[in-house]
Amino acid sequence: MNAVETFTTPDGRTIGGPVMEMRNITLRFGGVVAIKDISFDIREGEIRAIIGPNGAGKSSMLNVINGFYHPQEGEVFDHGKKRAPMRPYQIAHQGIARTFQNIALFKGMSTLDNIMTGRLTHMKSGILSHILWKGKAENEEVVNREKVERIIDFLEIQTIRKTPVGRLPYGLQKRVELGRALAAEPKLLLLDEPMAGMNVEEKEDMSRFILDVNDEFGTTIALIEHDMGVVMDIADRVVVMDYGKKIGDGTPDEVRSNQDVIDAYLGVAHD
Amino acid sequence: MPAGFYFGIEVFLNGLMAGVMYSLVALGFVLIFKASGIFNYAQGVMALFAALTLVGLQNGQVPFAHLINAIFGTEVHHFGWHLPVFFAILLTLGVMVLFAFLVEKLILKHLVNQEPIILFMACIGLAYFMEGFGDLMWGSEIKKLDVGIPQGGNFWIEEVTSGLGGDGFYGFYLDTLDIYATVIAALLVISLVLFSQYTKTGRALRAVADDHQAALSVGISLRAIWVIVWTIAGFVALVAGIMWGSKSGVQFSLSLIALKALPVLMLGGFTSIPGAIVGGLIIGVGEKMFEFLIGVPFLGGATENWFAYMLALMFLVFRPQGLFGEKIIERV
Repeated sequence: MNAVETFTTPDGRTIGGPVMEMRNITLRFGGVVAIKDISFDIREGEIRAIIGPNGAGKSSMLNVINGFYHPQEGEVFDHGKKRAPMRPYQIAHQGIARTFQNIALFKGMSTLDNIMTGRLTHMKSGILSHILWKGKAENEEVVNREKVERIIDFLEIQTIRKTPVGRLPYGLQKRVELGRALAAEPKLLLLDEPMAGMNVEEKEDMSRFILDVNDEFGTTIALIEHDMGVVMDIADRVVVMDYGKKIGDGTPDEVRSNQDVIDAYLGVAHD
Repeated sequence: MPAGFYFGIEVFLNGLMAGVMYSLVALGFVLIFKASGIFNYAQGVMALFAALTLVGLQNGQVPFAHLINAIFGTEVHHFGWHLPVFFAILLTLGVMVLFAFLVEKLILKHLVNQEPIILFMACIGLAYFMEGFGDLMWGSEIKKLDVGIPQGGNFWIEEVTSGLGGDGFYGFYLDTLDIYATVIAALLVISLVLFSQYTKTGRALRAVADDHQAALSVGISLRAIWVIVWTIAGFVALVAGIMWGSKSGVQFSLSLIALKALPVLMLGGFTSIPGAIVGGLIIGVGEKMFEFLIGVPFLGGATENWFAYMLALMFLVFRPQGLFGEKIIERV
C-alpha cells in the first residue's frame, strides 16, 4: 500500500484515504450494460456526488456498493482490501448505510421504530434474551434508544416520533429515512437522490442536514442528485456518468468546465 | 329471567371458547403472512404434525415403525417408555424448529421474489407432503392426546351458576379444557405482541413484513427472519395441535381446521394479530348463536358447517381488507 495521501478542502476539512474504491466495474442485465468499466474512489470524510442523466447507471452504482447487485467484472476495495462478494445485510454490518430513491421505510411503523431498526447492526443480544426479556436485551434497548433520540433531535423531527411514517408527508419521510441510515453510525453513507421531489425550502433543509452530518460526525457520504445547484454547493468531488460510462471526475469546478459533461447535459450538435 | 336466556348465555360462552380454538390456528397464518406475504396453507397440517409428534414422543412410539418393519422384517413399535409431558413438549418444539430450518433451506430460499401464487402452491405441496410424512412417521390411527389438562364439564362453574335460572336450569356447562385453552391463547397472544413490539428481533420481524429491501439495507438477514417466523408459527401450531388434539383426539381430519381458519382470516384481516383473535371469537360465537337461535328452530340445524363461510363472504363484499386489516393507502 502506498502512504495515505490526505488533502484539505477549501473550507478546511481534512479528506483522508479511500474508504471505498471501485475498480473497472462492469454490470450487465442480460444484454443491457448498465455500468461499463467504471473506476472511482470515495475518500474518508468527503461528500462525493454521482451525477448524470436519467438511466446513466447511478443507482445501479449505489446498488453495487451496498451489495444489491453483483458486478460481472471489476472489484470493490474496502479500505484498500478487496471485498469478497457479500449479501446486502452483511454489507450493512460492514458499516455502509443507505437511503433509497423511492423511499423504502417501514410504513406501518412509527418514526421512532424506523430509526431504531437502523441500530440493529449495533445490537448484539441474542434472540433468547429477547424472548425472556432479561439481561442484555433490556439494557441494550435503553442505550440504543438514547442514541436514536439524539438523531431525532438532530433532524428536528421530535413532533412525529410516534407517527406511523406512512402518514407523513414526502419531505419528512425522506428525513426519517436519513435518520434510519444515520442511526447505524455508518462509515459510509449512501444517499440516492435525497432531495428528489422537494421544494426549495425542503432542499435547503436537507442540504444543511447533509453538511452537518458530514461536519459533525465526519461521516463519509456518497450521494446521487439531479439538482446541479445543490451538487455544486455541497459536494467535494463529483463523478459524472452517462450511458453507464464515466465521463467526468473531479471537483465541481473541474466538472463544470468539462466538455463531455456539458455535451451530456445540454446535448451535442450533430453536424 | 327465563331459563332460555341463560341457555343463550351458555351458548354464547361456548361459542367464545370454540372461537379461541379457531383464533389459535388463524394466528399461525397471520404471523407467516405478515412476515413473508405467504399464505401458509400448511398451517393446519403443521398443527396436526406437531400433535402427532407430541403423542408419538410421549408414548415412546418408534418413528417410521411401519417402514422399518417392512424393510428389515422386524416387529418394533414402541421403545417402551413414557416421556413426561414437559419433556415431550420441549422435544416437539425442537422438531418444529428443525422443520422451520428445513422449510427455509429446501423451499423458501429457492423461491425468493417469486409470485405469491407460486409460494401458495409450494405451501399446498408442503401441506400434502407433511400429511403423508406424518402418516409414514407415526401411523394413521387416531390417537389420544393427554398432556394433563383436565377435561369435561366444570362443576364449580355449574354449581355456582345453577341458582340463576330457576328449576329448568342446571348452571352453565363449560368444558374445563376450553377454559384452559382460552387462558393459554390469551397468554400466547400477549407475549407475541410484547415480543414483536419491544424487542430487536420483533422489530426486525415487523421491518421484514413491511419492506424487504429496506430491511436488507439496515442489516437484517431475511433468511434468519424467515426461520424465526416459521419457528414461531410452528410453536403456535404446536399449541393449537395440543388443544385440538386433547379435545377431539389426534387424527388426520385435524388438518382440516385450517379451512375453518380461512373465514376467520377474512373477517379479521390477513395482516392483523388482534384481527385473528377477534375474527375467531366472532366466528365461534356467531356460528353457535346462529345455530341456537335460527338454525335449530327454523333450518333443521347443522348450520355450523356453512355459517362461517357465509359471514366471510358478506365481509368480502363490504370490507375486503377485514376488520383490522391494513387499509391499502397509496400516496399519489
